[in-house]
Amino acid sequence: MKDKRSTRQGYWFAAIVFALFSFEVAAGVPVPDIPKAVKGEQCVEEIGFMRRNHMELLLHQRDDTLHKGIRTKKHSLKNCFTCHIVTDADNQPVTVKDPRHFCRGCHDYAAVQIDCFQCHTSVPGDRKTTEARP
Amino acid sequence: MSNAQDKNHIDHYRRKLLGGSAALAGAAALGPGVFFTSVARAKPDAEPASSEVRWGFLIDTNKCADNCDKCVTACNDEFNLTGFGRPETDAQWIRTVTLRDKKTGHTTKLPLMCQHCAHPPCVDVCPTGASFKRPDGIVLVDKHTCIGCRYCMIACPYKARSFVHETIENQKEYGPRGKGTVESCTLCVHRVDKGEIPACAEACPEKAILFGNMNDANSEIAQRMASTTSTEIRGDLRLDLGVRYQGI
Repeated sequence: MKDKRSTRQGYWFAAIVFALFSFEVAAGVPVPDIPKAVKGEQCVEEIGFMRRNHMELLLHQRDDTLHKGIRTKKHSLKNCFTCHIVTDADNQPVTVKDPRHFCRGCHDYAAVQIDCFQCHTSVPGDRKTTEARP
Repeated sequence: MSNAQDKNHIDHYRRKLLGGSAALAGAAALGPGVFFTSVARAKPDAEPASSEVRWGFLIDTNKCADNCDKCVTACNDEFNLTGFGRPETDAQWIRTVTLRDKKTGHTTKLPLMCQHCAHPPCVDVCPTGASFKRPDGIVLVDKHTCIGCRYCMIACPYKARSFVHETIENQKEYGPRGKGTVESCTLCVHRVDKGEIPACAEACPEKAILFGNMNDANSEIAQRMASTTSTEIRGDLRLDLGVRYQGI
């Protein structure tokens, strides 16, 4: 009888702790607001698969493209930020420097650094060169 | 992934078969002995580069005008190769070189870029495998694996490579460039894969830079190579270059 009571107390304790923690999470770190794709309803793969494996697809694609010249667009980096384009007040696409950028939403949340944009552009299309060659 | 790869292989073979029969049909339609040849056939996106192709330049230095640097400007514009006012270290994928015969005083000007060697010394020395040659003869740097050691820059007899010293912004979507990696002429691989010709060849007002498939006997470049004298720069190194010159 005594054992049963302590077990029940344990459950209550666990429930309170869980409630406290979930409250903390809900109040402290907001879940990222992922920009919806501008064109199309469905991502190139199932959403859960993409969340876990997009980096594998990108890695595979980059080697195929660079070394073999296979330039299919389905799993390309460009495709990510072309569909999930975020525009600013002037209707210009935001670069990865802006926290609203599609890739940054989750990567900031998960504290995973993206190296792609050290070399690659982070917006679709070409922008005009801002500085002239001296 | 392996399933997908297997499927890709099958698709590739199917495509090759279909492509072959389509080519036959095309030849038949044009009549016997008449072939439609384009400078560069647009490669389907999913098709890998083929080792049956060898892309290259044949450059006629006699046509190269003295004060012209349109090929250099076109390359800089194509890849946003903006300078930082430091000519010794600024990226330079193509440059003009003037040769002077000491005895006669005769000068020859020519554009010099990566020579896309069949046996590239830059590939030999690269410790990470970042410097590589595509099956169709285009020599590239895989910047994902480049550690910026610059061995390739030392190994290259043509001084064709540049190291990126500064943080780069405003890259073109087809031309990723980044600090700490080595880069050079890509033979405009993004254009070539689409069936277009490289930016420098397109920009030359004298049509001095001829681009084409050296392995295709029907191509203009192969026919001109067969009919006129052309030389490799430092041919003694026997690197089997993808860029040949006339008039030097």
